[in-house]
Amino acid sequence: MYNTLKNLDRRWVFLSMFLAVSIPILAKTVFPEVVSKQAKLVFDAIEDLPDGSNILLSYDFDPASQGELLPMAQAFTRHCSAKGHKQYYMALWPLGSPMVDLSVETIESEYPDMVYGEDFVKFDYKAGGEAVIRMITQDLRGMFPLDSKGVSLDKIPMTKNIKNIQDMDLIVNVSAGDPGTKQWVQFAATPFGITTVSGCTGVQAPQMYPYIPEQLAGVLGAIKAAAEYEAAIDAVYPDINDNPKAQEAKRRMGPQLVAHSLMIGLIILGNWIFYVGRKRGEA
Amino acid sequence: MSESKQQSNGLIWAVVFIIGAIMLVWSMSTSRTGQVWVTAEQHAFVQNADGDWAKTDAASATSNDIAWTSYSSVPDNELTDEMISSGDAKMSWSRTIGLWLSAIFTLFILSFLVGDNPAYKFAEAMVVGTSAGYVMVIGLWDVFVPNLLGKLFPVMVQNWALPGMDASVGTQLLYIIPAILIVMLLMQLMPAGGWISRWPIAFFIGITAGYRMIGYVEADLVAQIKAAIIPLYETGADGTFAIWDTMNACILTIATLSAMVYFFFSIEHKGFVGKTARLGIWFLMITFGASFGYTVMGRIALLAQRLEFLFGDWLHLI
Repeated sequence: MYNTLKNLDRRWVFLSMFLAVSIPILAKTVFPEVVSKQAKLVFDAIEDLPDGSNILLSYDFDPASQGELLPMAQAFTRHCSAKGHKQYYMALWPLGSPMVDLSVETIESEYPDMVYGEDFVKFDYKAGGEAVIRMITQDLRGMFPLDSKGVSLDKIPMTKNIKNIQDMDLIVNVSAGDPGTKQWVQFAATPFGITTVSGCTGVQAPQMYPYIPEQLAGVLGAIKAAAEYEAAIDAVYPDINDNPKAQEAKRRMGPQLVAHSLMIGLIILGNWIFYVGRKRGEA
Repeated sequence: MSESKQQSNGLIWAVVFIIGAIMLVWSMSTSRTGQVWVTAEQHAFVQNADGDWAKTDAASATSNDIAWTSYSSVPDNELTDEMISSGDAKMSWSRTIGLWLSAIFTLFILSFLVGDNPAYKFAEAMVVGTSAGYVMVIGLWDVFVPNLLGKLFPVMVQNWALPGMDASVGTQLLYIIPAILIVMLLMQLMPAGGWISRWPIAFFIGITAGYRMIGYVEADLVAQIKAAIIPLYETGADGTFAIWDTMNACILTIATLSAMVYFFFSIEHKGFVGKTARLGIWFLMITFGASFGYTVMGRIALLAQRLEFLFGDWLHLI
């Protein structure tokens, strides 16, 4: 037993992980989610704003982290749309722009009453990271003379009276790295006191928690928090609850449970092999 | 590679292929596996007397109007035989080919788990190449044209590429400076004047360092020190003692101080300082463990998303 496990080809581990993730997906296993304090903070930050508030949504991620971040990005879009907030989309990553397009498609297909330019608008990617944030805190038009359709901001109803992002009631940042939440905290939330919430990858999450509550109103860390946020939205908005597309993060928690159980088992097994090996004088 | 490893390798490949083949055959026999069906929507805009464009009925659009067709994918579970027979839904060959390429490249990348191979290398090269090309084009049209050329030659850019741009502001001469810096940067490609590119690089490094220093000092140093100074006795909204909030505050303070002591190397870590530093290590280890757990969760989410794509969008199994 010991020798078999010690010399086990690591590809068996990969295969078992493949099965651990695949089977719950094929079985469509979904577990109930309890809304944590963090997810509630993020939900309340959007929910407590008066209908029609200005919200800047910056999607600073790319397809490499789509599996982890797109569900929460879509949940932000649905929540803001259901509340009737005015949504200003932008991206600090070149491949973030297609991620924004997915949210725009969601608005157009699920909220047909919302009108581009009156209820939501999209700005194209701009290079510069923190320099872009710094500039739009002072002068939005200096960085975005046009929207993504090539229309001047002065001709768009929802942007013509916006001077800079200090006119926003909330910043929502979905972040996979740099530039991302850290830069929004450093250059918008802290110096100008603009209320900001973040949805970020699991890798980033521990670095973001110290910013709560002064610099960030809330953080959604990884897919688990996204599932909790979906549950919080579902509890208040029955239409979203009935939409299977709006349950993406919750659906992805089934594979998480099985895969994490496998990981815990493998860690225990690995330590047992190490312990036995050391006892036999092999380590 | 040893004989036992080769056998193991072959067994793993056999298991993967058999599972894959069974799923593919079953799916193709029961559904429209790997096919993308779309519905068309007509759009038309007519120019009114003010010169603005207004939406109009696509059927009545003339050659002077702007008209186009957009296509939306129909999920397999929403596609009916009636939609197909009536012609409302059509199979999109371009999207079907895209779907298969996406699925095949996903499998190519995942094949690295079994071992390095030419399929993985090919997919990797495609990712690098297409990403570089995409970023270059995006940078040109989203940044260079509107934010530099549009400022220097607004009328020309408005007539040539961006009709919606406001050219009434006129030429903004300040933008000559970044234009010169770009030219200087490109001198790196010249065999003789390469040193000129060091000046704009020095400028960019200086600007970035300055920007970041301000950000870190304000948001990470001052604001975090302020956030760490908290009352150790917490009360609830009704003024009563809040035990959990108080415990949280105490743990936060002890963890912050002990972790800082661990990184304080001017005093030898002996006695009380040594024990405090040891406690700091424990807190750091717990933090690293939490980070590792989060990382695992993130990676599994990525795998789940790709498998959902393969099982759902491609094979129509879910």
